[in-house]
Amino acid sequence: MVQPPALEATRAALGPTLVKLAREGLDIVCVDADLGVSTSAVKFGREFPERFFAVGVAEQNMIGVAAGLAAAGKIAFCSSFAVFAPGHCFDQLRMAVAQPGTNVKLVASHAGVVTGEDGASAEALEDLALMLSMPPFQVVVPADYVEAGQAIEAAARTQGPFYVRTMRPKTPIIYDDSYRFQLGRWHRHRDGRDVTLMAIGELTKAAIDAAEMLAAEGIQARVYNASSLRPLDREAIVRAARETGAIVTAEDHFIHGGLGSLVAQVAAAEHPVPISFVGMKDRYGTSGAWDQLLTYFNLTPEAIAQAARDAIARKPR
Amino acid sequence: MARTQTVSTAELKTIARRIRRHIIVMTSAANSGHPGGSLSSVEIMAALYFRLMRHDPQNPLWPDRDRFVMSKGHASPLMYATLAEAGYFPVEELKTFRQLGSRLQGHNIMHNPPGVEMSAGALGMGLSFSLGQALAARLDGRDSHVYCLIGDGDSQEGQTWEAALSCAHHKVDNLTVIMDRNHIQNDGFSDYARFNAAAAGDGQPPDRPGGWVLPDGHTANIMALDPLDEKWRAFGWKVWGLADGHDPDAITGALEEARAHKGQPAIVICETVKGKGVSFMENNPDFHGKAASPEEEQQALRELGDE
Repeated sequence: MVQPPALEATRAALGPTLVKLAREGLDIVCVDADLGVSTSAVKFGREFPERFFAVGVAEQNMIGVAAGLAAAGKIAFCSSFAVFAPGHCFDQLRMAVAQPGTNVKLVASHAGVVTGEDGASAEALEDLALMLSMPPFQVVVPADYVEAGQAIEAAARTQGPFYVRTMRPKTPIIYDDSYRFQLGRWHRHRDGRDVTLMAIGELTKAAIDAAEMLAAEGIQARVYNASSLRPLDREAIVRAARETGAIVTAEDHFIHGGLGSLVAQVAAAEHPVPISFVGMKDRYGTSGAWDQLLTYFNLTPEAIAQAARDAIARKPR
Repeated sequence: MARTQTVSTAELKTIARRIRRHIIVMTSAANSGHPGGSLSSVEIMAALYFRLMRHDPQNPLWPDRDRFVMSKGHASPLMYATLAEAGYFPVEELKTFRQLGSRLQGHNIMHNPPGVEMSAGALGMGLSFSLGQALAARLDGRDSHVYCLIGDGDSQEGQTWEAALSCAHHKVDNLTVIMDRNHIQNDGFSDYARFNAAAAGDGQPPDRPGGWVLPDGHTANIMALDPLDEKWRAFGWKVWGLADGHDPDAITGALEEARAHKGQPAIVICETVKGKGVSFMENNPDFHGKAASPEEEQQALRELGDE
């Protein structure tokens, strides 16, 4: 048994997963806008050259071509950086994918400030808001490489529009082969009664670490990997509100329009409780090493733990 | 099964007249919609659906069918009228255009009603979608041709040129673009080709680049496309130009040649008249997105003649 590496990028799961699924017989095609090396989509192109269509740096065209392929029966994958797709092609995603429900899968990398050295222009902090604004899209943010592969497989096997958000840096692998990603069902890492931490992407690991810190203080935190944003695990949110009375959300995205907004909407309607939002607040990213940037922008276990203390302090007495 | 039909020129003209009457009646009943750019492509659509395309109104999702992709999705009255005449759904249903509960929305919606291949209404998206369809047909070994209708506005969208580059790059020869070039768009005149300075009452075009807002509120020279044939050729396309985009036999001939052409994508640029067939709509930007009043409707139907 080969020991999995301790670190791997979620973006690296795309190519190998598509190759595996195509070998199994899924009618997958891939449209690429000159970032397939970065998103790992070229691994599919190497293995299935006749099913890989390069369109050059033209993301709007990429989405349209994928929609045409999907309308003709294909499972059409596209990949790019999240600032370019959805960033450059929102209207195409709306008109050619979301509204008609074509079977197009967008896997976008380089999301969040963890994109790192490339700086603010390359760090997508709005992609979840864009994609969640179109209800036909299923939206998933894998926490690690293992979950990314399973989420991409779920995308391929689920009919209709699908968005998977991946990341540039090699981040810790937190799951082994026994992990089973479920669409619409969040994985619970830890149970607790004082507060619930809900996180996505690389901040899932930070939330697990935050719960350890809180436990040392006698605060028992429930921790979810909230990877499935649509369908959302409403039951997990409502139970967290009822049973723990306070919630923290953590995301490498603007706090508007992503995980925090979804959770707040459900909690407000079903069982209002104090919620603290860890995320990017009204400013863009910058250049730096990805782990430095997480510290710089307060996307850390310490920040999540402090947000938990704040939320608990606001519980009605 | 192929349903290529052979109809005479006289029959095709009769069909075109019926489609024009539907367009006028539908938009007037809805008191909205886009008659001008619908009327300019009528002969193109009649030739496609009654002479050139292999399709089956009883089996709209037949995998081996030819695809027609309307990129200029505001010409939905023309799309629906053509499909109804071709037998996809009852002509009676055209009366429901733009009404609550109708399948016939203001802009095209994919497969709703059956026969509409793509959702449209935001310009510039049709050719990319058509390329995807053409690539899928080639991959699956289906002898299926894709026709994509674009207009002046489509040709100003960057995505159309991304797709044009891409079609030639992938050497799709099972795809033909038809351009309905009526030189008029929402705000006015695309260039000076159909612009009548005297009628505008403002003398000669100004000696400066860019658009010119006229006293009546229209704009002239919004975004000129010439030399358009050279642009498409430079992008790697085989180009046909039709001086009269309302001549059904000329359209048929050019589209047959385009379909037979191998090794590169083909475009037939049709010079057309916006509002064709209705005197007060012809070359009149007002009827890009406005329906005829009840009085105008009666006049239009008189001009078009009996069904």
